[in-house]
Amino acid sequence: MILQALAFYVFAFVVMASAAMVVVSRNPVYSVLFLILAFFNAAALFVLIGAEFIAMILIIVYVGAVAVLFLFVVMMLDINLTELREGFLKYLPVGALIGLVLLAEILLGLGVIGSTPSSLGALGKAGPQVLAIDNTRAIGRVLYTQYFYLFQVAGLVLLVAMIGAIVLTLRTRPGVRRQRISEQLYRPKGDAVTVVKVPTRGGV
Amino acid sequence: MTADLIHFFTHNWLGQAIVILAQCLAVTIPLLVAVAYMTYVDRKVWASIQLRRGPNVVGPFGLLQPLADGLKLLLKETIVPSSANGVLFIIAPMIAFMTALIAWAVVPFDDGWVIADINVGILYLFAISSLGVYGIIIAGWASNSKYAFLGALRSAAQMVSYEVSIGFVLITVLLCVGSLNLSKVVLAQSGWFFNWFWLPLLPMFVIFFVSALAETSRTPFDLPMSEAELVQGFQTEYSSMPFALFFLGEYANMILLSALCAVLFLGGWLSPIPYAPFTWVPGVVWFALKIAFLLFVFSWTKGTLPRYRYDQLMRLGWKVFLPVSLAWVVITAAVLQFGGWVPKL
Repeated sequence: MILQALAFYVFAFVVMASAAMVVVSRNPVYSVLFLILAFFNAAALFVLIGAEFIAMILIIVYVGAVAVLFLFVVMMLDINLTELREGFLKYLPVGALIGLVLLAEILLGLGVIGSTPSSLGALGKAGPQVLAIDNTRAIGRVLYTQYFYLFQVAGLVLLVAMIGAIVLTLRTRPGVRRQRISEQLYRPKGDAVTVVKVPTRGGV
Repeated sequence: MTADLIHFFTHNWLGQAIVILAQCLAVTIPLLVAVAYMTYVDRKVWASIQLRRGPNVVGPFGLLQPLADGLKLLLKETIVPSSANGVLFIIAPMIAFMTALIAWAVVPFDDGWVIADINVGILYLFAISSLGVYGIIIAGWASNSKYAFLGALRSAAQMVSYEVSIGFVLITVLLCVGSLNLSKVVLAQSGWFFNWFWLPLLPMFVIFFVSALAETSRTPFDLPMSEAELVQGFQTEYSSMPFALFFLGEYANMILLSALCAVLFLGGWLSPIPYAPFTWVPGVVWFALKIAFLLFVFSWTKGTLPRYRYDQLMRLGWKVFLPVSLAWVVITAAVLQFGGWVPKL
């Protein structure tokens, strides 16, 4: 258990530290990189409580796809760092308020505040349980039976978002030459190549 | 005494830590040797294709060439450009090399020979392989050079595109297996060599292999470092050991994807003919032979094919591989369902 406890404290400390660095660091590229570090360590914490499927999905979706796009955008933009810093103090109270609300929600949800001591005991049991089936299978069974329609609706929402993104960015500009692979492949030899008999000293 | 030792290694936390460390070393050291000698084999294969001899001066048959190369790179000066971002510039090659190594934790070398026999092995490998792109993007950005940055952007776009089809290929395989555990993937293919997934999922096997070439930016897809236009892509500013880390990381990635291909489609440690003289050979040997064969095909393609144009590369990824693999997922699911071959859960 000592190894697990050690791992937990290391990962938890790095999550907190890197999350703080996301906000504090001056360079937006550093912020994104610290965000990735935070995702990673959060995934490690998921593994420690036995939720390996969620951990892997966190890395695949957030680190593998979303953060890459973030990094792309941040690297390509020409961001003025001093301008970015100016709003920091102005937005600090609002940010702190939102943070407090989220913290209160977590504490309420876990039953730490506003409940009896017995629910605190239930918190201690929220640790890993030895399940007969692994959690990939467990999630699959719930997702594709009980919540099947909600799952489909989530898919539709994503589809709408995707169509929206395509509609917003798709422009047909006139005068742009496009390559049509099928036309190129169907082009007969006669159109492309002409064999010329060149007379000696005559040239073409 | 022996009972005490066993108890120490299984119950004491220090003993467990020592066992974990030993397992990691037992995988990493042969892997690093394999990476070093892969550079040698690569050069020998290209040399044979071009009717040359390849490295043959250092040691017998040039066998000490990788060591000489490594020593040379180690002794060279590490140059960090003055306008580069120092910390990220040094970290990037480490990330690139490390991601290629940590993925080996879930690869089964034989029945039960695996460091972490986790239930989400395939997802773990997919997650780790999607991280490889970070080393390259960070290198390109931290170098503060236009060639490096262009190379990094190309590489990132290419890797993200081909990862999508790799994802669908993995889904088809795990539909046929009914588990995300790599050992179970191998066991699901037991039997003759035509029971392995390369035959029933032949189009997926081809797509996976070609995507693996793109993922490791090997020759038909080596645009990230195309030396004729981008000098050397994201590696332009790197010298000495950081360069060596990128170089070795690339080879380690190749070996990893070959191993993954062997596990998913060529039956991992299983022998091709499930009868006596062949089953006496240890599973590790069969696994190594399959990886070696796939790596030979990697070298062969590099020695044979010219480079793709960038738009052709994107077209192949998004307009050919993605629809085909997506359709194949649906077809496989339908065939399994209506043919009554759905794996028992």
